[in-house]
Amino acid sequence: MSTVWTVVAVAGAATFALKAVGPVLLGGRELPAPVIGVASLLTPALLAALVATQLFGGDRELVLDERLVGLAAAVVALVLRAPILVVVVGAAAATAIARGLL
Amino acid sequence: MGRAGVEQAGGDRFRDGARAILPYAIAGSTFGASFGVLAKVAGMGSLAPIVMSATTFGGSAQYAAISVLDDGGGAAAAIAAAVLLNARYAPISISVGPVFEGPAWRRFLEAQLIVDESWAISAVGPGEFSRRRLIGAGLVLYVAWIGGTTVGVVGAGLIGDPERLGLDAAFPALFLALLVPQVRERRALAAALAGAAIALALVPFAAPGIPIVVASAACLIGLRW
Repeated sequence: MSTVWTVVAVAGAATFALKAVGPVLLGGRELPAPVIGVASLLTPALLAALVATQLFGGDRELVLDERLVGLAAAVVALVLRAPILVVVVGAAAATAIARGLL
Repeated sequence: MGRAGVEQAGGDRFRDGARAILPYAIAGSTFGASFGVLAKVAGMGSLAPIVMSATTFGGSAQYAAISVLDDGGGAAAAIAAAVLLNARYAPISISVGPVFEGPAWRRFLEAQLIVDESWAISAVGPGEFSRRRLIGAGLVLYVAWIGGTTVGVVGAGLIGDPERLGLDAAFPALFLALLVPQVRERRALAAALAGAAIALALVPFAAPGIPIVVASAACLIGLRW
């Protein structure tokens, strides 16, 4: 098997397993209360980590670039209680404009 | 929470998830297209990138794997990069796991529709998820991602750089918009701040993907509080 197909097969199989862990092992079950207390904080922790790394992440470094302008636009839209589509499109548009200007 | 959270999030039906994901499906298809272009240029051929989009179904993992291959890294390094970047799906799938029902094979198949965006859209309240929203959103994104990859492979060279359109900033904006309703309570806000701080602190030192996996440990704040 070629290198490319080896990568496709193994990475795919590993992803199947990673994604299935929760639903297969925990599906349909009520979690004990202390576990819920911790698990309910997984969502904000992971979402915030995604925001931070997608905003500042570079190639093994933190970078400040035009994405910040986009996020500022998103914050303004969120404060104004704009629909989520406006938030996202506004962020992309502001970033694109900043890239054009800078 | 319950009812009110579901209403606020925009409903619990498959099509509510499908509708909520549409803007990201559009962005996702352009990223899928650019993956297809890059994979083709990196010498992966035409079929392998499309099969990878259908099985690995995780943009950053796929980008990382082809960039390692393109740089002359071997299969092991490319696989490690992809697996590390998709490792966050273990904590993500655990967080949403209990809402899946039915036989194990069905839970296994439905779980493959878990990606960052479909998972985030399925969150209807603190620690509460809608399986139907996740599946509706995941299916639309899956089709968009594979369709985009196919267009990219076929039309390699015709598609511009999605960064020029600012699409890379659309993703932090999405995650921020989804984070806001999750942090109405102090414990959740503390977990979010700790998660972001851990992730950023690790970016310069850890392999891509690891910072987000380790940041999930911020939820342990819940043990003390």
